[in-house]
Amino acid sequence: MKVTVLIPGVLRTATDGAAHLDVDVDEPATLAAALDVLADTYPGLDRRLRDERAGLRRYVNFYVNGEECRRLSGPATPLAEGAEIQILPSVAGG
Amino acid sequence: MTVVVAIGTRKGLWLARSEDRVTWEVDGPHHPMQEVYAVAFDTRAGVRLLAGVASPHFGPGVSISDDLGATWEESASPPIAFPVEGAALERVWQLQPAPASQPGVVWAGTQPSALFKSADGGRSFEFVEGLWNHPHRPEWDAGFGGQAVHTIVPDPVDPDRVLVAMSTGGVYRTADGGKSWEARNKGIKAYFFPDPWPEFGQCVHKVAQHPSSPTRFYAQNHHGVYRSDDGGDTWQSIADGLPTDFGFAMVVHPHDPDTIFTFPIEADGRRFPPEGRCRVYRSRDAGESWEPLSAGLPDNFWTAVMRDAMCTDTAEIPGVYFGSRSGEVYASPDEGETWHQVAAHLPDVMSVRAAVLPT
Repeated sequence: MKVTVLIPGVLRTATDGAAHLDVDVDEPATLAAALDVLADTYPGLDRRLRDERAGLRRYVNFYVNGEECRRLSGPATPLAEGAEIQILPSVAGG
Repeated sequence: MTVVVAIGTRKGLWLARSEDRVTWEVDGPHHPMQEVYAVAFDTRAGVRLLAGVASPHFGPGVSISDDLGATWEESASPPIAFPVEGAALERVWQLQPAPASQPGVVWAGTQPSALFKSADGGRSFEFVEGLWNHPHRPEWDAGFGGQAVHTIVPDPVDPDRVLVAMSTGGVYRTADGGKSWEARNKGIKAYFFPDPWPEFGQCVHKVAQHPSSPTRFYAQNHHGVYRSDDGGDTWQSIADGLPTDFGFAMVVHPHDPDTIFTFPIEADGRRFPPEGRCRVYRSRDAGESWEPLSAGLPDNFWTAVMRDAMCTDTAEIPGVYFGSRSGEVYASPDEGETWHQVAAHLPDVMSVRAAVLPT
């Protein structure tokens, strides 16, 4: 099934400039599975989103159909056909 | 002669260039908003600049430039990755090219405390399992800055011998290429434990060595300045003559194994130079006596110099360099006799390295 991933401007250097990516992921699909598929094509994007243990980076938010995944089931959040994953970095610091 | 100084800060890397080591041209930031705790010049074949970079948002990595910062290369897959459950790279604290007899070998020290080895000049690294599997590891604790291997001293001759230092944990040494490691902290005090002389657990801030004296090491400890003349087996205090025994940096003169530089800080609970005076201390006799170096350095300097923010170059009359948490960088063209400001108003300086460019 297909889901869409929205890439923020700051990370588009890792997606050859693409702002939307359609990802084909096996069912039953989860956020982690969609990110795994994305990592095969864009490893430079994946390392900015997740560490080497596939942990989500603390200041990167993943909204699944408008809800941040950490309020759902985190990486295990299930995805339905046509789901939209919006990646939004929360740029904190001083 | 052209000298380039790489200045790693909490928010990027700057490069300073000079013909006379008195007036400087500074460019940057490279890698803006990324912490640069580790920077290294690899001058074994050309001049390669390696930077341990870490974005607080998008994670850590290693960036390489073979044209002095005009372009940077960072691999798409993580160059340093933990292959074990429960650990992920947080930050690269040290990048250390091996001696010229081991071309391509670069060591990396990381947070969490681990050692990695590259055989391809820093593009990819392999995990050194022997140190990770050390039975002491569960008892290594985090210092204030995090738990990290921050110092790597490869033996100048024997590729199987390497000494590392970590905070906390102390000094460890291998003689079999990293398969097995022994704690080497005898004589180094850990005042913060009920038994202040433990086998390990010390907070050693920096260890330095001169390649012509492979069995001698100098250490700046979390209170305590030491020398070992037996390859790290035992350590003796060389703090007499310094205004304080606290500090982070320890640097050896590139041509004289008896000459060392440090930047004393008043105390762990008062991290300023004594009386707020910016002073480098130099010993010409392996730490038996010390002299303050002050010509051109300011008073009212209420800041500190971090463990990797001091270095020398390799010129015949070597330059000495340091940067501060307040974003100031100073250079001496004459072994510390006189000092000139290289840069000011940068972010916190975490790492400084210098190279003489080939003519």
